Parts: sequence; C-alpha cells; structure tokens
Amino acid sequence: MTPVQTRGEVLSMRRVGQYHQLTLVAPGVAEQVRPGHFVAIAVGGETSAHLLRRAFSVYRTQDRGVYGGTVDIVFAEHGAGTRWLSHVRQHDVVDVVGPLGKPFALPKEPVTCTMVGGGYGSAPLFTLAEQLRERGCRVDFVLGAATESRLFGVLEAKRMSQSVAVTTEDGSLGDRGRVTDVLPGLLERTGADVVYACGPMGMLSAVADVAARFGAHSQCAVEEAMACGIGVCMTCVLPVVGDDGVTRMVRSCVDGPVFRGDRVRWSDVGTVPADTWGAPVSEGGH
Amino acid sequence: MTRLTRVITPESAEITLPDVDMSARLAGVTLPNPVMTASGCAGYGRELDQFFDITALGAVVTKSIMLQPRSGRPTPRMAETPGGMLNSIGLQGPGIEEFVDRDLRWLEERGARVVVSIAGGSADEYVRLAQRLRHSSAVTAIEVNISCPNVENRGLVFACDPVASSVVVEGVRRNSAPGTPVFAKLSPDVTDIVAIARACVDAGADGLSMINTLLGVVIDTETMRPHLGGVTGGLSGPAIRPVAVRAVWQVHQALPDIPIIGMGGIRTGADAFEFILAGASAVEVGTTVFNDPSAPLRVAYELQRLLGTRGFASLDDAVGHAHRSADQPT
Repeated sequence: MTPVQTRGEVLSMRRVGQYHQLTLVAPGVAEQVRPGHFVAIAVGGETSAHLLRRAFSVYRTQDRGVYGGTVDIVFAEHGAGTRWLSHVRQHDVVDVVGPLGKPFALPKEPVTCTMVGGGYGSAPLFTLAEQLRERGCRVDFVLGAATESRLFGVLEAKRMSQSVAVTTEDGSLGDRGRVTDVLPGLLERTGADVVYACGPMGMLSAVADVAARFGAHSQCAVEEAMACGIGVCMTCVLPVVGDDGVTRMVRSCVDGPVFRGDRVRWSDVGTVPADTWGAPVSEGGH
Repeated sequence: MTRLTRVITPESAEITLPDVDMSARLAGVTLPNPVMTASGCAGYGRELDQFFDITALGAVVTKSIMLQPRSGRPTPRMAETPGGMLNSIGLQGPGIEEFVDRDLRWLEERGARVVVSIAGGSADEYVRLAQRLRHSSAVTAIEVNISCPNVENRGLVFACDPVASSVVVEGVRRNSAPGTPVFAKLSPDVTDIVAIARACVDAGADGLSMINTLLGVVIDTETMRPHLGGVTGGLSGPAIRPVAVRAVWQVHQALPDIPIIGMGGIRTGADAFEFILAGASAVEVGTTVFNDPSAPLRVAYELQRLLGTRGFASLDDAVGHAHRSADQPT
C-alpha cells in the first residue's frame, strides 16, 4: 500500500443521527483501503489558517466505474475543522491523503469475532465484519454511545451479524450503561476468539481488559490527536510494548491506528513510562 | 524569449518552468535548488518519498538526532493555533547509531542529499555527534540545532547565549570534515539575534539557519490547564513568517557574506521568495508539510516560476535583493 494525495470531489454529504456522512471520489485511495485504514483531510481550503489535517477512519469504499473509487467517512462536529467539513457540498473539492495506517489483522481461520464500537467509532467495523463473514467467521456486535442519536450503524450491524447488543448511557436505546457492561456476558456466551474495537481511549482500555480476562485476542483502533497522519510529526505517540518486551513511544498514524489491545499501556497513555526506550534518566523529563 | 523547462509535478502533471539557474551555493556546497525540508517536519525522508521524489529537493534536512535514543515528551504534544501550531515533541529519536545504520544509509542509497541536524544536552554531546558523522559520505552539511525550545532546562537552549552558542559551534566545526559546511540554527527568542549570529560565525559556523520555533503556551479553556503535556511548546507555521523574515533581514544586513538558510512558515513559492529577497541563499519548508505532504517540491517549482516572472536569470541574483538602495533599479 502506498498512500496518495489527491483532490477528491464530494459526491454526497448527508446527516446520520448526530453525525455527517461524506462520500468522496478518491481514485487511488479507495482501491487500496482495508478495514481500519484512515484518511487525512485538509480543512478550510488552500489558504486555511487551520493547517493540520483531520484524520477519519474509512467507513466504506465503493467502485463507481468510470468515476473511480469513492471513500465514505463519518464524523461529528468537534471544532472549527470538522465544522468546515460539515459545510462542504456536492462537487466541492477536498484535499485527501490515504489510505493511511495499519489496518485490522484478519484471522486465517473461521473464528468467532466480536465487534465493539463507541459512537461513530463503529464506522470501520462494518466492512471488517463483511470480510470476516466471507471468511466464515461468526460476528457479533456491541454498539454503545451516550444516547440513541449518537449510535452509528445499528441496523447495518443487524444485517451482518449473529447478534447486536446496544448500550446507551442514558438508556434511550438498548441497555442503560456502557459496552463493557454487556461485553463479558457476550464473550462468555460466544466464546469469542477475537474482539475488534474502535472508539474513545477509555472504552478501548476497558474493552482490551475484558477481552484479556476472557482469553480473547483484541485489536483496538485508537483515536490519538494527529497533525500530519503520515508519520513525520511525532505528535500522535503512545506507549506500546513491542515483540521484544520493550515499551516505545510509537506513532499511532503509521504503527497504528490498530494495535493489539494487550500491547498498549492504556493506563500510561498521556505519559512516558519510566521504562520506555529512551525515557529521561533524571527527574524532570525531556 | 525565456526558455522553458518541462518537469513532472508530484501529481504526475507535466508543467513548464522558466529557465532559471536554481543552484543554491552554501559555503562551498552547491545544491541543484534551494528548497529543503525543515528539521522535525520530514522525519528522515522516507515517509515523504511516498508523495514526491525527495532526490529532487535541494536536500533533506533530518529530524534532529541526539547521541542516545530519546522517548520525547508526554502527549498531548501538539496544539493547532491560528496559521500554525505549537509542538512539544521533545526531540524523540532513535539515537545516532541507529540513525546512521538505518536512516542515513537509506537516504544515501536513495540518492538524496542530506543535511543532518544534530542536537545535544552539552557541548561535548555535539562534539561526539560531529565525530560520528565526520567520515560519512552521506552528509552534505550539518545543521547544529542549538535552539530547540522543547527541553526541560531552558538554560540548555544554547542559542539564547552567545558564549554557549560559540562553544558548541566551535566544537562541531573542529570535529567535522573540512569540506562539510556547518550551519548553526538560531532561535528568534533573543533580544539581539545579530549578536548570536556573529558569535556563531566567529566560532567557525559556515552559515546560519533561521529560525527555530518561538516558545509558546496554549491553555485549554475546558480543563483550564496548559494544553501541552510539556506545558510550553514551539510555535511554527505561516503565523511566524514575518518574524523569520525579519531575522534573516537583520542578519544578512549585518553579515552579508554569510550564507543563510531561511525557514519559518513557508507555504508557497512567494513565501520562499520573500526569504531569498531578505538574504537567504536557500530555504526549508516545515510545518506546511503537515498540511500538504508534497509542499517542498511544489514550493521549489513555484519559486522557480516566480523568479522567472521577476526576470531573474539565477537564484543567486535574487539573494538579498530587497536590501538594494532606493536609487538602485529593480
């Protein structure tokens, strides 16, 4: 896979609950995307005062014949950049770089898989579920959010899985609570071999923990703040244990965003643990 | 009539450029064009090579390398600001040995010209870095980063003090290969940048790189605490460009024979042209790479086109051109 930078035409823009779904003609990007990959979009136009690209995991890709491939992303308005993006209209042109990052690892055997998505973090899990089903895997979903309008893809999940459990913190749909309240019961019932998760850091940390307790392998796609998305700025790092047992500050854009849940030092995210490769020797830090 | 040269852009489009001699002369070294990557914004070249041919640049300036592996600072390491960003990476890197064995070797095999940026916590560390690089055929020049603001002890920002600057520069110059130019990278966070520039030149610097980032703080109004894990960070991007052009202007005026590499907020060929007119012989493109990964080569083409439009036959003729007196013609 080689990421490309291209000017993609907006094919459509629509609201989905509290989110926006953008379909972008991005030939060269779409064809290479695998579940878990993300794209980085420049916001505000060529003279924008917002220089940093915004990273979005890819929801879907589609081959549109002569128009080339399209890429769909789902996003919420968080700040000025995503607000600008929410105002693009059909035929507008957006500068996009992708595909980026390491995608989800797929099992070779037809194993039992559980997908856990928080809010619109569920976006990359649907094409992943399709590919897992093609390999003969059993797929169950757990989708959670603060409230019903912040869930994404419940119906879609129902179409492609054995079961869908929904949690909302306010109880507006499904069980009141969090995904990790229902996950242990599901893992116990299905004996899942792999848990795939995407959502906020706190959720991923808890999901990785539950998966480990039930002896399941976990694959977590992290959401770290990025400036470039291509591996040069070194801002999106987190402490991850390598094959050699050594913790390093690794870039979530090129070494992730998908990590093995048992390798991320979740409780140390936002710090540089003292035993990290190259950590400061004396008090006070770098 | 101006002759035109045809080149292929990063987007694989064929464009024509005016025939301008773009050679950049930097203290005995001549680069085919004056546009480089800025240290810390291009890694060690490999990532950007996916977006454009890095051998087409004047040179790749590497992220500053230190003697030992270094984890850098905790996150968050970045805050977007109007027309720029604040970063607090803290010089994360693999250390000189892994850099030489892996990254520098890759750059050499790739055929890129390389300016190695070095950083240390003491004058002795800079000396040892220079010694390690002394016999490497891959090194076109050395940029001595004495001005990174992301260090715990602000007293270690050598470029804030003329004596500390000259000790480091003298040590690096003495321990580097004679034919390898040594550029000292200066901080704008000083009262008199000309005094620091003079001290570096007197200590043997062959040229000067200006500017490093400006020290800044962003406060998160939700948590009501500093946004960055390291509290302070370095401000970069188009927002700082006039500060950088001012620094180049002042130093070129005071030391007209010293080659300057200008950087700070360059986004377009016109931005680069400002630095050249102010007295820079070459430029580096930094933060803009995060917005547009193919920017360095685009800037090179835009600069060439602009030089042609302004009637320059060579880049050299434009260096410091804004300093000409009022009665001199354009």
